[in-house]
Amino acid sequence: MKINFRRFLRAPHVTTGTLRNSFDRRAVVIGGIQGGIGCLLAARMTYLSVFENEKYKLQAESNRVNLSLIPPRRGWILDRNGQPLASNRADFRVDIIPERMTEGDRTLAELGKLLSLTPIAMQDLQDKLEKARGFAAVEVASGLDWERFAAVSVRLPDLPGVVTQRGYSRFYPTGPAVGHLIGYVGAASAEEYEKDRDPVLITPGYKVGKDALEKFYEKDLRGKPGARRVEVTASGRIVRDLDTREDVPGKTIKLTIDAGIQDYAARRIGPESAAVVVMDCQTGDLLAMCSMPCFDPNSFSDGIGRLEWKMLSDDDHVPLRNKVLRGLYPPGSTVKPMVALSFLEAGLDPNESVICNGGLRVGNRVFHCWQHRGHGSVNMAKGIYQSCDVYFYHFAQRIGMDPIAAMAHRLGLGHDFPLPVAGQSYGTVPDPAWKLRKYGKEWQTFDTVNATIGQGYFLVNPLQQAVQASRLATGRIIMPRLIHGQENTMQASLGIPADHIAYIRQAMSDVANGPGSAPHARLPFPDIKLAGKTGTAQVVGLNVGNGKGGLWKHRDHGHFICFAPADNPRYACSVVVEHGGGSGAAYPIARDVLTYVFDKQRGMDILTELETGWGGTPEQRLDARYKAYSAQYGVGAPAVPSDEESRKLQAADGADEPAQPITEAQSPAPEPDPNAAASAAPQASPSPVASPGSAPQ
Amino acid sequence: MNRSIVPEAISRQPWQMLIPLCGLVSLGAAVLYSAAGGSLQPYALTHALRFCIFLVMAIFISRLSRNVFRTIAYPVYGAILGLLVLVELIGAVGGGSQRWLNLGFMSLQPSELMKPAIVLVLARFYETLPHAMTASWRGLVPAGVLIALPAIFVLIQPDLGTATAVCFGGVVIMFLAGLPLWWFLSAGGALMVIAPIAFFTLLHDYQRNRVLVFMDPEGDPLGTGYHITQSKIAIGSGGIFGKGFGNGTQSHLQYLPEAHTDFVFATMAEEWGLLGGLFVLTVFAIVIGWGMRVARRAPDRFSSLLAAGMTATMFFYVMINLMMVMGLAPVVGIPLPFMSHGGTSMLTNMICLGTIMAVNRWNRGGGSLS
Repeated sequence: MKINFRRFLRAPHVTTGTLRNSFDRRAVVIGGIQGGIGCLLAARMTYLSVFENEKYKLQAESNRVNLSLIPPRRGWILDRNGQPLASNRADFRVDIIPERMTEGDRTLAELGKLLSLTPIAMQDLQDKLEKARGFAAVEVASGLDWERFAAVSVRLPDLPGVVTQRGYSRFYPTGPAVGHLIGYVGAASAEEYEKDRDPVLITPGYKVGKDALEKFYEKDLRGKPGARRVEVTASGRIVRDLDTREDVPGKTIKLTIDAGIQDYAARRIGPESAAVVVMDCQTGDLLAMCSMPCFDPNSFSDGIGRLEWKMLSDDDHVPLRNKVLRGLYPPGSTVKPMVALSFLEAGLDPNESVICNGGLRVGNRVFHCWQHRGHGSVNMAKGIYQSCDVYFYHFAQRIGMDPIAAMAHRLGLGHDFPLPVAGQSYGTVPDPAWKLRKYGKEWQTFDTVNATIGQGYFLVNPLQQAVQASRLATGRIIMPRLIHGQENTMQASLGIPADHIAYIRQAMSDVANGPGSAPHARLPFPDIKLAGKTGTAQVVGLNVGNGKGGLWKHRDHGHFICFAPADNPRYACSVVVEHGGGSGAAYPIARDVLTYVFDKQRGMDILTELETGWGGTPEQRLDARYKAYSAQYGVGAPAVPSDEESRKLQAADGADEPAQPITEAQSPAPEPDPNAAASAAPQASPSPVASPGSAPQ
Repeated sequence: MNRSIVPEAISRQPWQMLIPLCGLVSLGAAVLYSAAGGSLQPYALTHALRFCIFLVMAIFISRLSRNVFRTIAYPVYGAILGLLVLVELIGAVGGGSQRWLNLGFMSLQPSELMKPAIVLVLARFYETLPHAMTASWRGLVPAGVLIALPAIFVLIQPDLGTATAVCFGGVVIMFLAGLPLWWFLSAGGALMVIAPIAFFTLLHDYQRNRVLVFMDPEGDPLGTGYHITQSKIAIGSGGIFGKGFGNGTQSHLQYLPEAHTDFVFATMAEEWGLLGGLFVLTVFAIVIGWGMRVARRAPDRFSSLLAAGMTATMFFYVMINLMMVMGLAPVVGIPLPFMSHGGTSMLTNMICLGTIMAVNRWNRGGGSLS
């Protein structure tokens, strides 16, 4: 029983008794350990469920309850009569949240099958997923019919990361007609989310304004998201709704635009690359502001696919550029009424005449009149309605450039206007100080001569031309406005004597109704007269092309500014047709648009006939083009550049717009003989020999 | 022998243990009923049925005589060891690890059966070992080999949890068999040195990961730490009285993984709260305390070691599982006896229980089969 401690290291004396004894002792030890562990577990259990109860309760709740934001309905954009230019329509949509996807490829293939997506659509989806950051939902399809939506909805448990939604999507009833005016919407990019940490931006289905008014009024149009608390399983399946807070729709924005005129103008442009602005010249309300061709904001809002992108970037009519605000053109002869006004202001007697023989020698060069045969004796009115260049060459030298430039500024050229738009290119009204500043060169007489016929350094945009027309029509400081509901106070006068205005107005009326250069611009109403001014702006020198035919890129720009009725002006309009081959392309558009303004049915009849010749409305032509592209390229189109890149591209497009040659002072002197001119002009820059104010053809 | 005041006929069965145990199994069935979304299928009914069937088996085992246990100790051990080898071979041929033998009508996990078998064979070994040799190498090395062989085979399956359980049962027997205390102390010391080394060399990646995650479950809440985090949320959110039967969100919304097997305690605690948890702990204390008392009352070395070893094996299950669900131990795939849904676990535990009941009967000198 007793252990022999001396022999401990060799072998202890072990008997049944000692073993029994040690078993008992050790069993107690083990029992004690077990009891201790039991107490430990009880203590731990108590700690977790009593002392940490609050914390874990909260965590269990946040597990169980999923708060999802309901994207707010975007505010509508209405025209002046309350007709929607941008609205929302109920929509079935499917999105993917990339970070919740487990088997991406399988899920995508399955979705493609369920939604019957084309290979092109699948490719675009892949592109979008590659660019997506985990947090943001990627749109797979929207505008689905119920069958396809339901087919995906019932398979959601097998498609982790896929979200189906009934929501609203942006709808632009007139599509391409308002693309540049209204802009479009799209899923927020990572940059946008970093700038504006509003969680609604990453809600599936929410889209932010990407351009123009949609972007400018983003905060107003956004509204407040609703919220839905749902009970979800660990895999994200919704078990039941707990409660819902309705969204607060965004504010409605009412524009001065008249949807009918806007749409008509866009359609009337037809296959041309052109801009049309229609203004109420009493109030400054912009009734139409369209630039065509244009993208379809409806399909842009789903995300820009490869094919769409290729189609748009291939188009030499630059559908991505808003020509109204960002297109800069030499105004050509449309500046003549303005220049004449400055002559009157400077005290020139309008009856003072000059003999036009088809050209005028200025220094050692001869500047031609567009009418090589000459106009004979020309006074101010004839100078305007016949668009005689020599008249202006002659008197501009007497008056000087500064009064002309001052008048140009008073009439709105060279300015941008306080409008809610993404950007305006305000162009150039050249004067001696400006030239010295910009080029460090002295102003030359031939610079004045060039400027008086809207060539040389002169650059304007179509909006400025419309403003110019309004101010010419009313003699008041008309400011263009886009937002409806502002006070219609009488605008301040320009400070130009009424008889000057009346004189110019009469001369402009004669352009269409008298012995002028555009008799076909006359409105088809006996009692409403249109007053206007044609303009043809050279793009390249006569050595490159004659401006009328040949390469599209080399043809002259066509301009027309007008207002009507001539005796009591109400509407002003400006039209620019890029490379239209002269003003003959521009004034019929202005005439038909104003015809529509005064008589909708009559306008539509004209348009319907024209459109049958062109192959349908802009939307139909866009569709046809898309079909042709998808047949030709299929999935072979290159990837769409990222948002920022495409924005840069657009901006660059607008910036390098000056199709106007910057004429060096040393530019070749125009020779009397056109052949000699051609040989003497080695530069690419066109000669300052304008062939302005093209005659009606 | 300690005579009970309860009449012999009634105290033939250890009711003081069986009644709380039935309560525990009923609670287990209720929890499984709730975990299945308020349905007897597929868990609760089979759970209760298995308990009844295996209880009959346990009572049958308890009728066996000491000699039967003595006789079958080595053959059973050998047979199960053979099965372990077979599992390895099939796994090696079939490619990939395998723990189950498919017998056609059921799948058998030999490593589970090894837990009671190791206790049985060691009890038999120390009974036959001359007392004087207990403190010599001959008391250690054969026993060590008996433990090491199955442990190694289980470990390479790989199943760290079961291998540890096998070792734990064996070591408890060795400890109770009276091997010198300083052996255990020095072995423990050595283990503290070897464990870190083994951790970085012997363990599989996923096992190492589990240990690492146990140290810091919140570090990877959606990955491997998910189990522990969700289990703690389930237990903690239950509070004192629980969320009520059938109202557990963690289990019903599938946040809790393995809600009906390894993490059944968390499922229970969410709905029954601290009270339910204490009830479970109390029942286990009763069962294990009863087992230890049976062991101490056992008249001979074999039966006392056998009862103590079986109790220790059951205790090991309970301890590791509860520590795991409460975030005190790494995630090892060990179910909670009598509550987790699973046939093999129930079988093993009922074998242990039946063996303790047998020892209990021997203590009272009751008759045996054969």
